Amino acid sequence: MSHFLDRLTFFRHITGEFADGHGRTTREDRAWEKAYRQRWQHDKVVRSTHGVNCTGACSWKIYVKDGLVTWETQQTDYPRTRPDLPNHEPRGCPRGASYSWYIYSAARLKYPMVRGVLLKLWRQARTEHSDPVDAWAAIVGDDHKRRSYQQRRGLGGLVRSSWDEVNEMIAAANVYTARQWGPDRILGFSPIPAMSMVSYAAGSRYLSLIGGVCLSFYDWYCDLPPASPMTWGEQTDVPESADWYNAKFIMMWGSNVPQTRTPDAHFMTEARYNGTQIVTVSPDYAEATKFADLWLSPKQGTDAALGMALGHVILKEFHVDNPTPYFQDYCRRYTDWPMLVELEETGKGLAPGRFLRASDLDDSAGQQHADWKTLAFDELSGNPVCPQGAIGFRWDESGRWNLEEKEASDGHDVRLQLSFIDTHDEAATVSFPYFGGVEHEHFSANTQEAILQRRVPVRRLQLADGRSARVATVFDLMAAHYGVDRGLDDPATAKSYDDDTPYTPAWQESITSVPAEQVIRVARAFADNAAKTGGKSMVILGAGLNHWYHMDMNYRGIINLLMMCGCVGVSGGGWAHYVGQEKLRPQTGWLPVAFALDWARPPRHMNGTSFWYAHSDQWHYEKLDVSEILSPLANPADWGGSLIDYNVRAERMGWLPSAPQLNRNPLTIAREAAAAGKDPKDYVVEQLRTGKLRLACEDPDAPENFPRNLFIWRSNLLGSSGKGHEYLLKHLLGTNDGIQGKELGEPDQKRPEEVEWRGQAPEGKLDLLVTLDFRMSTTCLYSDIVLPTATWYEKNDLNTSDMHPFIHPLSEAVNPAWESRSDWDIFKGIAEKFSSLSAGHLGVEKDIVTVPLLHDTPGELGQPFDVAEWKKGDCEPLPGKTMPNLVVVERDYPNTHARFTSIGPLLEQQGNGGKGISWNTDHEVEYLGRLNGTHVPQGANQGRPRMETAIDAAETILSLAPETNGQVAVKAWQALSKFTGREHAHLAIHKQDEHISFRDIQAQPRKIISSPTWSGIESEKVCYNAGWTNVNELIPWRTLTGRQQFYQDHKWMRAFGEGFVLYRPPVNTKTWHQIHNTRSNGNPEIVLNWITPHQKWGIHSTYSDNLLMLTLSRGGPIVWISETDARKVGIEDNDWIEVFNVNGAVVARAVVSQRVREGMAMMYHAQERIVNTPGSEITGARGGIHNSVTRTVVKPTHMIGGYAQQSYGFNYYGTVGSNRDEFVILRKMQNVDWLEGDDESILQQEYVR
Amino acid sequence: MDYLNNLFFGYFPYIAGTVFLFGSLVRFDMSQYTWKTNSSQLLDNSATFRISNNLFHIGMIFLFFGHFFGLLMPHSWYPYLGLTAGSKQIMAMVSGGAFGLLALVGGSYLLYRRLYHPRVRAQSTRMDIFILALLYVQLILGLATIGVSKDHLDGAVMIQLSNWAQAIVTFSPAAAYMADAHWIYKAHVFLGLVVFFVFPFTRLVHIWSAPLAYITRQYQIVRQRQA
Repeated sequence: MSHFLDRLTFFRHITGEFADGHGRTTREDRAWEKAYRQRWQHDKVVRSTHGVNCTGACSWKIYVKDGLVTWETQQTDYPRTRPDLPNHEPRGCPRGASYSWYIYSAARLKYPMVRGVLLKLWRQARTEHSDPVDAWAAIVGDDHKRRSYQQRRGLGGLVRSSWDEVNEMIAAANVYTARQWGPDRILGFSPIPAMSMVSYAAGSRYLSLIGGVCLSFYDWYCDLPPASPMTWGEQTDVPESADWYNAKFIMMWGSNVPQTRTPDAHFMTEARYNGTQIVTVSPDYAEATKFADLWLSPKQGTDAALGMALGHVILKEFHVDNPTPYFQDYCRRYTDWPMLVELEETGKGLAPGRFLRASDLDDSAGQQHADWKTLAFDELSGNPVCPQGAIGFRWDESGRWNLEEKEASDGHDVRLQLSFIDTHDEAATVSFPYFGGVEHEHFSANTQEAILQRRVPVRRLQLADGRSARVATVFDLMAAHYGVDRGLDDPATAKSYDDDTPYTPAWQESITSVPAEQVIRVARAFADNAAKTGGKSMVILGAGLNHWYHMDMNYRGIINLLMMCGCVGVSGGGWAHYVGQEKLRPQTGWLPVAFALDWARPPRHMNGTSFWYAHSDQWHYEKLDVSEILSPLANPADWGGSLIDYNVRAERMGWLPSAPQLNRNPLTIAREAAAAGKDPKDYVVEQLRTGKLRLACEDPDAPENFPRNLFIWRSNLLGSSGKGHEYLLKHLLGTNDGIQGKELGEPDQKRPEEVEWRGQAPEGKLDLLVTLDFRMSTTCLYSDIVLPTATWYEKNDLNTSDMHPFIHPLSEAVNPAWESRSDWDIFKGIAEKFSSLSAGHLGVEKDIVTVPLLHDTPGELGQPFDVAEWKKGDCEPLPGKTMPNLVVVERDYPNTHARFTSIGPLLEQQGNGGKGISWNTDHEVEYLGRLNGTHVPQGANQGRPRMETAIDAAETILSLAPETNGQVAVKAWQALSKFTGREHAHLAIHKQDEHISFRDIQAQPRKIISSPTWSGIESEKVCYNAGWTNVNELIPWRTLTGRQQFYQDHKWMRAFGEGFVLYRPPVNTKTWHQIHNTRSNGNPEIVLNWITPHQKWGIHSTYSDNLLMLTLSRGGPIVWISETDARKVGIEDNDWIEVFNVNGAVVARAVVSQRVREGMAMMYHAQERIVNTPGSEITGARGGIHNSVTRTVVKPTHMIGGYAQQSYGFNYYGTVGSNRDEFVILRKMQNVDWLEGDDESILQQEYVR
Repeated sequence: MDYLNNLFFGYFPYIAGTVFLFGSLVRFDMSQYTWKTNSSQLLDNSATFRISNNLFHIGMIFLFFGHFFGLLMPHSWYPYLGLTAGSKQIMAMVSGGAFGLLALVGGSYLLYRRLYHPRVRAQSTRMDIFILALLYVQLILGLATIGVSKDHLDGAVMIQLSNWAQAIVTFSPAAAYMADAHWIYKAHVFLGLVVFFVFPFTRLVHIWSAPLAYITRQYQIVRQRQA
């Protein structure tokens, strides 16, 4: 009743004693306990998920009390699977369960913040200039002012501002940059749309409307496996995790499933209970290893050698000695094995050349696009034929782009011949490159001839140009390449698995250290299982393999095993690559929203890796010479230049995109063309030809080619994925860095040929860095403006994954806390300000956009044979053919906001679609007008459907996408039928009336509808598995041959020795010798391989600063090393250590563990440098992150374009940012300096603002 | 002057006492979560602070009980304790002066810290600063009375003041006892009443909850479930 009155009866509360008077029982008031009980009471439960870059996409219950999020627990209401298949739930992991901590923690961003120095300049400039754009011009026009705030980046001093003020600053900077330098100098980086697709779309829609550039991420993160587009013409498509349960043999190869695929791991353990054999391949004793029946432990970075040896055994036993009918039939129909390859003289022997094409035959075998149709021999007739399905059929409108076993001209049945072993005209000696003998001080080489000579059965064929070509099938060439004896009296092939001949099990043992006997056992078990189950052998693989420079070798080695055994496209089988790839299920509905395709096409896209490589000037420090990676069959004289030169050539030939694009403002160029009375396209070509205009990539250090404004949202670029972290800090941001090496430029060093060399690289290219985040991440600390965004429990959005077929919502359980706003509202606000500030500076403008030859468009049939450069006079500059296409796009700058908030008319005018097909979408747009309402007032968007809110945007995505709207799915399948000549709509017709809306998925996760965007189907009978429709619906893979390709015949692929997969040791990054034992602190130093796998206590950097996760881990940065290495240099567990090389330094605690293999240092990547990180003895600055010791090294074969599957697509193909070939020096620290002084001096510190 | 004397020393003691008692009661019943010391020790726990804090508390506790017994003990009890008015005054001056100095030294640092330590200052309410400053001024005034008292060591003024105090608590107010007192006594007494007056609105409420029961209670307490 009353606390006080209760006290007055104090003595009457005592009711007894116990324990000899040591205790008493009382009747004291217990009302205070309610406080604890109320802790677990709540007002409502809302469904949301974690929009973090993991493939989990788990449904969570968010508990809300008194308007505050209290905690979260796992949802358990997923739709059921079928009998004999475990259910999906519960999904979630401890990381996700700790998320609510962030919302009200000290790490939360609460207000818009601006770098203090900049804010002072801005407020001063605003008093002097009434026009904000002029105010911005006054700041960045003065180099002293510009440098003054650039140099403070990362050094604290962010102060609170207001939304009005920051929106004005950002909009003014954007208007100024578009007017002064060009809209393509405004860029945005945001990764993985699937994790919160509306939030991604908010920024990309704004950028696309104003002509800004979206940077790709999948390739930059090095999670994109280039082997996938090479082999399948598919970015990445993988089985859902439920399909693991259907596998009968699983290899977990470089993927730590329980740690990094936590919510899905149960399917793997359930599969084990069900009798599935598990083999893990991992250099360290990773968590996944304990589930294994057998653990193979190859030395890190040598997986390709293991893959080659497994392939050798399978090829020999299951294809050559005792062919398995299922395997042979599968490979005949679904792979390029029967396709004909012409052998060519190289000067160093006869070598596999390009695929023979229909155009090589008389009359081009009667075919259109004959350069793009490959040939094979028909067993039935014994003649060379042009079978259906090659990429030429895709665009010739013949309706014969399918995998029926038919000849193209008259449709008669064929049976393609896999091998000429019984019908050959001669056994030719063919040369294959060999890299296993390349020396590397930390990897064991197996020295053999650099060119292997092996005998291959060939046939002679008279070609249209009169030459008599020697041709071989891909299978025969590949068997020879793998060293399998064919009975051709070839002394170079392996007679036994014990021969030290490439690529036998004994050979690999010398490189990987895995016993040959284990390799033979695994190869037999893998193939035997596939033979008995019709392909139900699966490999789960991931970052452990893909982050090496030669990741495509690791991957192709494995993919080959799966293709040889008929596992791809089979439920329970295939290639299960899970890194960084969260499948954006409703992709074709999302594309128009995200890239404003409803208002203007095409958008500007850029491949991330090449952009960062060029603009953080990492090429200034390039030490990998092209000659080191060139095939021994290639003539080094033909392959000069530095790695960036190859990128520039690729951009000039239209292979890769550019950003910035031209070295003048594209708006100005369009005006010049109009003034000259010329067609803008012709004008640009003419200017390029005469050299008056150049591509910006040829001079990335010129101020007119700097990227000027950068938005980062949903990303922690600088704290997580920024390979060459210190280079980004120095050259892009212009602030403190830890680089210990020197730029090139010494007289004896080779300089790039195609790029203007301007001496010292510039520092501080960016005028403005704006970051949106909900927490104060490393990237925020380096930004000029930090915008507080809504957390995953405070906004409405959509989320999907490749691991399960459901679409999830993120829901606004509570209002965005403090002054935070959702990404959609933030960019809408910027767009509004941008529109009003553009008056007087920008009106309706013509913008010239350069577009590379894109995959899934007719442009992929760009350059069929030799590589020709218009710049060198090899050919004419023809836009869209021999150089990038040039497209004029109209920008209506004052109406940017009106366009942002409505659905534009291009959807009705040009339809919607993706992956090469399109369909009419009038009905859906009309529906959205009724659902969201239409804009009534007169203006640029009058009568158009509204898209004001994030939910409006979500409904637009869901309505336009075949995956969430059944009638669109039917239209999409029908559109595909026009290409294949086959009926596919049966896959969706039963779902025609299904339409998933935002409120539906808030009620329960919904399974999506089958669509031709993806190569698997959603069905109640089979699990989603990549390649299923290729195999069962006979839809070709989107490759040159239309089949899965073992062989890559592009000239650059052959020049770099990668026509066929082979083992290549890691490249030498040359980053440690110069500094090893030269900066001693008295402690011994050791050189170790730098391995940066995914976290246990975070998803990338997210959660790594979360108090709960810090408590579970060691509460700060850690590096794992082996007991042996630790003993060598006197390090004990938990010692402070420093890791460094010429790129920079990292400080961390040592975890000394038996888990780790000798020779490697393992740092879980993306541990935030903002927690518990002392100063480095090497740099004198604070700690660093795992990427402080890395630098991007690009690979020329990833730049190939205009060539069927090797054509550019956003996040589909392009250079990738590998980092595992790096070596570091590691030693115990002598002085651990927190750079904070003592308690007193902290108090006295003057915070510079 | 009479009016003011009556107001300050005749009526104000009852107003202050009423606010002190009822205010504490209401706060205790209505706002349990504010019933706390509001310690700033988490923000700064330096050795200087710990020493000063103890000096201040030891001094204050002694002064409180010294005043309590000194003012309210009936004069008739003096002889039983072997005291005369004069000797009691000297004892009060010596011990009060000593403990007052302890509290002053500690309080000086506490006040300085409260005002100038950035973390402590940032977390201080206006009332936190006010009450500490008030006690500090009160301390100085109290010590200043020693200078006045040494001029008349016969204890007569002391008797007069304790008469006033005893008249208040026996509900027969006699403000006249204060009329002739030196202004320093008046100021000291008045501020003392102000301390009672503001007591419920400050962190001083923690005094009510001094855990004296801990000294005698059993080791373990089991609170029974109630309906």
